[in-house]
Amino acid sequence: MATIEQQFKNVMQWVDDRLPVTETYEKHMSKYYAPKNFDFWYIFGVLAFVVLVNQLLTGIWLTMSYVPTGEEAFRSIEYIMRDVEYGWLLRYMHSTGASAFFVVVYLHMFRGLMYGSYQKPRELIWVFGMFIYLALMAEGFFGYLLPWGNMSYWGAQVIVSLAGAIPVYGEEIAVWVRGDFNMSGVTLNRFFALHVVAVPIVLLVLVVLHILALHEVGSNNPDGVDIKKNLDKDGKPVDGIPFHPYYTIGHDLPGIVLFLIVFCAVMFFYPDGGGYLIEHPNYTPADPLKTPELIAPVWYYTPFYSMLRAATFPLFGMTAKFWGLVVMAGAIAILFAVPWLDKSPVRSMRYKGIASKLALASFVISFFILGYLGTVHPTPVKTLLAQICTMIYFAYFLLMPWYTSVEKTKPVPDRVTMK
Amino acid sequence: MNVGRRNFLIGATSVVGSAGVVGVAVPFLGSWNPSAKALAAGAPIKIDISKLVPGEIVGPIPAWRDKPVFVVKRSEEQLAKLNSQNDRLADPDSDEIAQQPQYAKNETRSIRPEVLVLVGICTHLSCSPKFRPAIAPQEFDAEWVGGFYCPCHGSKFDLAGRVYSGVPAPTNLPVPPHYYESESVIVIGEDGGTA
Repeated sequence: MATIEQQFKNVMQWVDDRLPVTETYEKHMSKYYAPKNFDFWYIFGVLAFVVLVNQLLTGIWLTMSYVPTGEEAFRSIEYIMRDVEYGWLLRYMHSTGASAFFVVVYLHMFRGLMYGSYQKPRELIWVFGMFIYLALMAEGFFGYLLPWGNMSYWGAQVIVSLAGAIPVYGEEIAVWVRGDFNMSGVTLNRFFALHVVAVPIVLLVLVVLHILALHEVGSNNPDGVDIKKNLDKDGKPVDGIPFHPYYTIGHDLPGIVLFLIVFCAVMFFYPDGGGYLIEHPNYTPADPLKTPELIAPVWYYTPFYSMLRAATFPLFGMTAKFWGLVVMAGAIAILFAVPWLDKSPVRSMRYKGIASKLALASFVISFFILGYLGTVHPTPVKTLLAQICTMIYFAYFLLMPWYTSVEKTKPVPDRVTMK
Repeated sequence: MNVGRRNFLIGATSVVGSAGVVGVAVPFLGSWNPSAKALAAGAPIKIDISKLVPGEIVGPIPAWRDKPVFVVKRSEEQLAKLNSQNDRLADPDSDEIAQQPQYAKNETRSIRPEVLVLVGICTHLSCSPKFRPAIAPQEFDAEWVGGFYCPCHGSKFDLAGRVYSGVPAPTNLPVPPHYYESESVIVIGEDGGTA
């Protein structure tokens, strides 16, 4: 009689002969060597995955009670909040999760910029990541219409109307996207389909590609040192440790617990985040005849919304509205080019020169200012400030080939450093 | 292997395949167009303006194609000031032909000088501009002579729906097709026989 352990081995052998389960597990978990000098900033990729799971689960449960029609949508949200058992919790998990998603993704992206995680050979990881960010923005946008509150309605109205800025065919494209001459239940119904089926599928595929590309070339680290250059006699990187269990248990689990504490604090005590996570006009149903006093998107779009509003004058025979669209689209598109804009011989900000550090700092500050400006009424002074910050935003990227190649960098050590 | 034949076959298969993809895309893309039901909802409506006092507005009311429509009866004083700031307007002569029917391409952008009919959707990003009729300085404009102000992005229009220069909105507010059925009833959504 075989021991239980032996029986388990036999079953795994039977499976492995037919599907590479053990091989895949080893490649991506127990024998995936990650640099041993990961710091705080390396938690946000895992957290993004945790939030993704949260969004998928709560999202599926919400669709069980939500009705995607112009007549019923707003009422069905109230029904979820008041009558469905734990409906309020599922909805707040989902709405808080949406904001949390962007928090961790922005920090994850900042980590990439700081440690040069996009540099050769990790260009594709960055590009897939940017597509994930784009899909996430689309997902958030479509999802925000679904409660059919007045801010849902007007926020979507404003963004769909952006299509109208496309020369010649703009208005027809906007009508095509809405499926109506004005925003209506038709638009709501198709946004629902995109939010719960189409975009999530795309998102999941992109996440798989993002991780496969990462595990092909290996993780970067705060020093930007290539750990594959120093191998021991077994061919393992001397500065690497297996992802599981060292990072999963030692690094990620405590991080996840800490994150969930903050997440729950927001979800239980400030679910509408003072009007930033769920905006106040969204507690009244969509009204096509009444614009809210201030149309502001949810906080995670406000930097780009500011840039859209910053274009106030026509140029080269094209309207200001068209340039607003160009600036906003350009601000997102330029992120994709970062791996080819950075000409620095070193990856990490630890060894880059003062110019790179100043550039990154002013970029982050201007991004925050733009984010704030997008939540308030435009005044001439604020518009000017938004225009200046928009210039800084673009300068950070467009001048990158120059300042990263002329600045004096520090020598990079052979091995990773433990701080 | 016959390279020429293989390349020809790859090319031919690709072309036929692409045509197939385009063909299959047609119903998917086409289904996003406004349905017959949405198109039917675009019927004209009638508005009675007999009780409209000078200086006041009817609207926004859901009218033509479910878009909010403004009907404004301008006062003598407002009309007198209407063309006093034409140098600050982006298109004072309504040269953008798509923004109004031919019969509204005039100094007041209307059939009757005092009655203004507009689609109340900002030409920037489709917010609903607010009616600000007072001839008095406003927080957004010190020389205001009445008009519409869009709270979303600060676009300004005068009392003929003409856009000011230097604001995000690119064009004047559109004048919908309309005509007077009688002295006090406007039909919005059709040119009628008066065009």
